[in-house]
Amino acid sequence: MAIKAGSSDFLSNLGRVYGMYTGGFLAFVILIAVLEQMGVPNRILGYLFVFFTISVYAIIGIMSRTAQVSEYYVAGRSVPAFYNGMATGADWMSAASFVGMAGTLFLLGYDGLAWVLGWTGGFVLVSILIGPYLRKFGAYTVPDFLAFRYGGNVARGLGVLVLVACSFTYVTAQIYGTGIIASRFLGMPFELAVFAGLVGILVCSMLGGMRAVTWTQVAQYIVLIIAYLTPIIILSTKNYGIPIPELTYGQAIADITAREQQMIASGLATVANLKPHISPFINYTPLNFFAIILCMMVGTASLPHILMRYFTTPSVRAARQSVAWSLLFIFLLYFSAPAYAAFSKLEVYTNVIGRDLTAIRPWIFNWGELGLVKICGQNAASIDAIVAACKAIADHPGVVRLQDFIINTDVIVLSTPEIAGLPYVISGLVAAGGLAAALSTADGLLLAIANALSHDVYYKMIDPNAPTVRRLMVARVLLLIVAVVAAATAATKPGDILAMVGWAFSLAMAGNFPALVMGVWWKRATSTGAVCGIIAGFGLCLFYLVTTRYFPGAGVKYFGMTSLLNPITGAPLVDLAKAMALPNAMETWPTVAHPLVNKVGWFGLTNIACGMLGAPLGFAVIYVVSLLGKEPSKEMQAYVDDIRKPRGRTVLEEKTT
Amino acid sequence: MPESTDLKQREEAHWAKTSRLMLTHLGVWFFFGYVIHMFVVPLNKITIPILNFPLGFYMAAQGSLIVFVVMLFMFAKQQDKIDREFGFAEED
Repeated sequence: MAIKAGSSDFLSNLGRVYGMYTGGFLAFVILIAVLEQMGVPNRILGYLFVFFTISVYAIIGIMSRTAQVSEYYVAGRSVPAFYNGMATGADWMSAASFVGMAGTLFLLGYDGLAWVLGWTGGFVLVSILIGPYLRKFGAYTVPDFLAFRYGGNVARGLGVLVLVACSFTYVTAQIYGTGIIASRFLGMPFELAVFAGLVGILVCSMLGGMRAVTWTQVAQYIVLIIAYLTPIIILSTKNYGIPIPELTYGQAIADITAREQQMIASGLATVANLKPHISPFINYTPLNFFAIILCMMVGTASLPHILMRYFTTPSVRAARQSVAWSLLFIFLLYFSAPAYAAFSKLEVYTNVIGRDLTAIRPWIFNWGELGLVKICGQNAASIDAIVAACKAIADHPGVVRLQDFIINTDVIVLSTPEIAGLPYVISGLVAAGGLAAALSTADGLLLAIANALSHDVYYKMIDPNAPTVRRLMVARVLLLIVAVVAAATAATKPGDILAMVGWAFSLAMAGNFPALVMGVWWKRATSTGAVCGIIAGFGLCLFYLVTTRYFPGAGVKYFGMTSLLNPITGAPLVDLAKAMALPNAMETWPTVAHPLVNKVGWFGLTNIACGMLGAPLGFAVIYVVSLLGKEPSKEMQAYVDDIRKPRGRTVLEEKTT
Repeated sequence: MPESTDLKQREEAHWAKTSRLMLTHLGVWFFFGYVIHMFVVPLNKITIPILNFPLGFYMAAQGSLIVFVVMLFMFAKQQDKIDREFGFAEED
């Protein structure tokens, strides 16, 4: 009873609690700024930032620990729409969004906006088609709904399989991101940093389940959004006199376009190697551009760790409002990311490209030392280093040309404070924000996996009589095991974060979306139909992914796959006749360097968008198989009617003690 | 049982209206998510005055996103209104 009273006290004072927290965080940033002026070394400031923020998350996690089942799984269904929106924002925006998004836009220009569109528009589907209905149903997990609607443990098992497949792919990428940030700012070895980040994640999610994760995610959202917007607002004010970067970067884009022409005219770039920032369809074919948007959107509406956030609201109405708040909070970051890209690109095009080698601005060297910026093929660690590197190139004009310059995309956000000439405290702030983004997403994903394993597999399928204490114990132990396995996978550096995240979305789309949507919107959908549909859709997507990535030779030889197309010329990316004649053509499990990997497929469709094949097949199979079988029982149809009406009790009533 | 037929009718009318709202919003979503970006090349020839954004780029970077956010707040209101109209809304 004491806990209950304490928690309602907390809930009625949320505004004050988080207001004080935000004020405290800003005061802490100012304190660090003062310490910096007093001459405290940067390394120490970096440690202070990381340890202060992680301990605050840990304290929140410990304070909101719980031993109640409904608190553990759905935060007692008492999270107000506004705060659930913030928590979803943090849950959603990962290291890939915080650090990677701006870099992707820098590199791809217009085509990178496919990711921006895809990762925002999906919330429309969440609100209209699925989220509020699952809230009314009263599930603890997404497989819960599949099991109830499609009668039994086969559907539940498939739901768990899809959930684990997509969440695990996703969480590995997050822990990897945590490791990168921690190693860069604290100078830890990467492998150690991965496990250090893991401890931070576990403290938040282990003790209090959904309740603890929710309240830490709100705290993490506040840190990450302040960290993301601060440097770019300062930069915009400095360069254009207006503190709204989202408005002023239009001028930067106009300047970039003018500069691109100038660079070609003066021989600093060639038509072949310059990709104009605003030109569409030069990195992705139109088919793949729109396929990526669709897969990311539909994937959003199918990812269990996002859907389960809407199980925590007090009502169906609040669930709908909460989706709108979520997108607003996410939008704040996503519509600023293109500004980062534009400001950085303008800086590079005007102050790096075309400069005399001896007059390059010093921020380049900090990143060159880490091997993240290369000029003339060598790490740009100092003026002497780049002068020597460029001398080795025949006929080098002594100024940096576009083809001489290579930048790692992770640098874009992290280097902006230095480009703007801001003190180190802002860099530390950005690092803390990136860490918050990675930790919060990893928390949500690990919780989704552990809940599915403890609630769906252990409690519902293995031991339905398990007492509460044992269920929560199993949940915590599984959380620990999953986390350690994910960290071990991340420590092997499996590769490209953006592609891995894209695969997770496509898998979720193919596996979950048809069964969830038809479960709510079509009473006639039957258990057999859904089971066949999930197997067919998820199976096809997985087959396409695995074949094009790991068995591309077999794909070409046995399954009629052809080369993907070059978006500019429309010619095949690889000459299949030649590549298939090579001795390694049929190699299995090859590295990304293999000539066929990720470059073959059907209809010229990239494997990131494999959900485009799986989801339509899933819909078709559910439709046909359902019509072939007997109509679902009257009772089941009445339950579906119940789900559609917000009023009344939830369909599923769980034992809560 | 007149009461249960009444409920049945209300359920059906409620769902018909809900489905219509769903289709309208999906239409807007499809237009701003896909259709408008198919015309990016001609739209890029138009420049937004003062801000200097090419319109095609602007729509993908900000315009569509703003539409999505506004849409979701509107949808929450409209669906709630439908639920209330048929007496299926939760108590406040």
